[in-house]
Amino acid sequence: MTSANNTQVAPPAGRSRKRLRMQTKRVLWAWGFLALPIIFYSWIRFYPTLDAFWLSFTDWDLLSEPNFIGLDNYRHLFNDPQFWQVFKNTFTYLLVGTPLSLFFAFIIAYFLDRVRYLQGFIRALYFLPFLTTASAMAWVWRWFYQPVPIGIINGFLANFGIAQQPFIRSVDQALPSVLATAIWAGVGFQIVIFMAGLRAIPQTYYEAARIDGLGEIAILRKITLPLLKPTTVFLVVFSSIGFLRIFDQVYNITTNDPGGPLNSTKPLVLMIYQSAFSSYQMGYAAAQTVVLFTILLVVSLMQLWVMRER
Amino acid sequence: MSTIISEGLMQAKAHPGRIIIWAVLLIGGLIMITPILFMFGTSFKDASQVYDMRLFPEYPTLDNYIQVLSDGRFLRWFGNSLGIATTVTLSNVFFDSLVGYTLAKFDFRGRYLIFLAILSTLMIPTEMLVIPWYLMASKLGWIDTYWGVMFPGMMTAFGTFLMKQFFETVPNDFLEAARIDGLNEFQIWWKIALPLVTPALSALAIFTFLGNWTAFFWPLIVTTSQEFYTLPVGLTSFAIEQSIQWEKIMTGAALATIPTLIVFLVLQRFIVRGIMLAGLKG
Repeated sequence: MTSANNTQVAPPAGRSRKRLRMQTKRVLWAWGFLALPIIFYSWIRFYPTLDAFWLSFTDWDLLSEPNFIGLDNYRHLFNDPQFWQVFKNTFTYLLVGTPLSLFFAFIIAYFLDRVRYLQGFIRALYFLPFLTTASAMAWVWRWFYQPVPIGIINGFLANFGIAQQPFIRSVDQALPSVLATAIWAGVGFQIVIFMAGLRAIPQTYYEAARIDGLGEIAILRKITLPLLKPTTVFLVVFSSIGFLRIFDQVYNITTNDPGGPLNSTKPLVLMIYQSAFSSYQMGYAAAQTVVLFTILLVVSLMQLWVMRER
Repeated sequence: MSTIISEGLMQAKAHPGRIIIWAVLLIGGLIMITPILFMFGTSFKDASQVYDMRLFPEYPTLDNYIQVLSDGRFLRWFGNSLGIATTVTLSNVFFDSLVGYTLAKFDFRGRYLIFLAILSTLMIPTEMLVIPWYLMASKLGWIDTYWGVMFPGMMTAFGTFLMKQFFETVPNDFLEAARIDGLNEFQIWWKIALPLVTPALSALAIFTFLGNWTAFFWPLIVTTSQEFYTLPVGLTSFAIEQSIQWEKIMTGAALATIPTLIVFLVLQRFIVRGIMLAGLKG
């Protein structure tokens, strides 16, 4: 800081030389600002990434030293029937959750955008679940899904004479029940983003279309949806990544048998957690994280590809 | 043109379909918050009223709150979460904006490479890093420490990218003028550039705080003793321990939710605007 003053008083050896020294000084400042972050990113991001790849080729079990075993973990994984069940579950969360929540989010945003009375209040109602803690609300939902004297939903069904549903106790209904809580928590965020996207479309486009005599549905198809594409692509990727990494809700709703009943709700992240921190098969778990990484990478690259197409 | 618009508005007002849509949206919104309402409603019921499906209890009681808070564990977890989320947020606000500023406003060899390197970490999921982090934390004695919970999130690529985007909109003339006034580069960032991007900064702060307040996966892994649990992890262990005492579990869940609700009610505009801002730029 004192050196900065020295430059100011430096003998007038020509403006360009002084400017050059100023430039060097700025470069030094830049590297000074970046020093700690460079250490952080190398040590806490890049090194662990490489380490995860390396561990996926070892038999490390937390107790003995890791031994290199080549692709054995991957071979084991792809021959593990549990993995394929988990893989199917993870993609069910993704392929049902993403379109369903985006569909609801768009419909709600589309109509809410035109509401003039109490718009902010209604938006807040939809948005509120997004701010709740997933692990806390999972317990509320778990309570909702209980059988009759306890569970609200079954109590409600009983009032209308509808048959009782097993929800999280059944192999077929458990995954949709868990998924519903995740959609519930995420849809408010998507509504807010969609509304921002809708508002960014210039009103003149709509006016011109109306003058041309286009109906509401034609306007939606020819103007709103195409112009909303960047927003939609962002939300598709954002929520896909969210569903692929689902964990909090599943773990909390099924604590007595995580991922149960009979692994019917278990997503990949929960399998990773159990392999690593319940059975201490660190190498095996690392191989699973590499698979997760690959899936997420493919999803992100697809986003880039879709965006470039425009 | 204006007559067409006003005609459109007139039509809109008279249209009964609009009123139906409005009502459906409102009812849908109320359904969205029923889990939250039932959680609070049940937290004021005693064990005998839990199976009563009424939303609000006939005889409300604060007993659950007194019992749940009495052993001090919730207060401890609350304090842990508050301290951790605040520290991580301050760190992100400082470092992400400093790095974002440096990448936006300094010209030096390797700048683009560093930007790409930081950006590429967005592709790496946390789940992939937890095993190496756990190994690191156990070697260095960070298991069951606050630092152990905090260290992975002290800087984020998302925050850096967001801040870089906004610093790029700050005119260079402002910074140049400050330079002529004899401010050093740190002072220029801190006193001139930073105040110009406060909307982005507050969006980043809100995101980081909420993300860390609700974080579950890493805290679950890195903490093993109750003393160092964060609120979500503590709540899970508490709920498992209560097994079927739903009124107690709902009270715990309510205690975990109240702070975010307060923050939301106070900062609603900032939060929604911040999400729109980051969503559109990101």
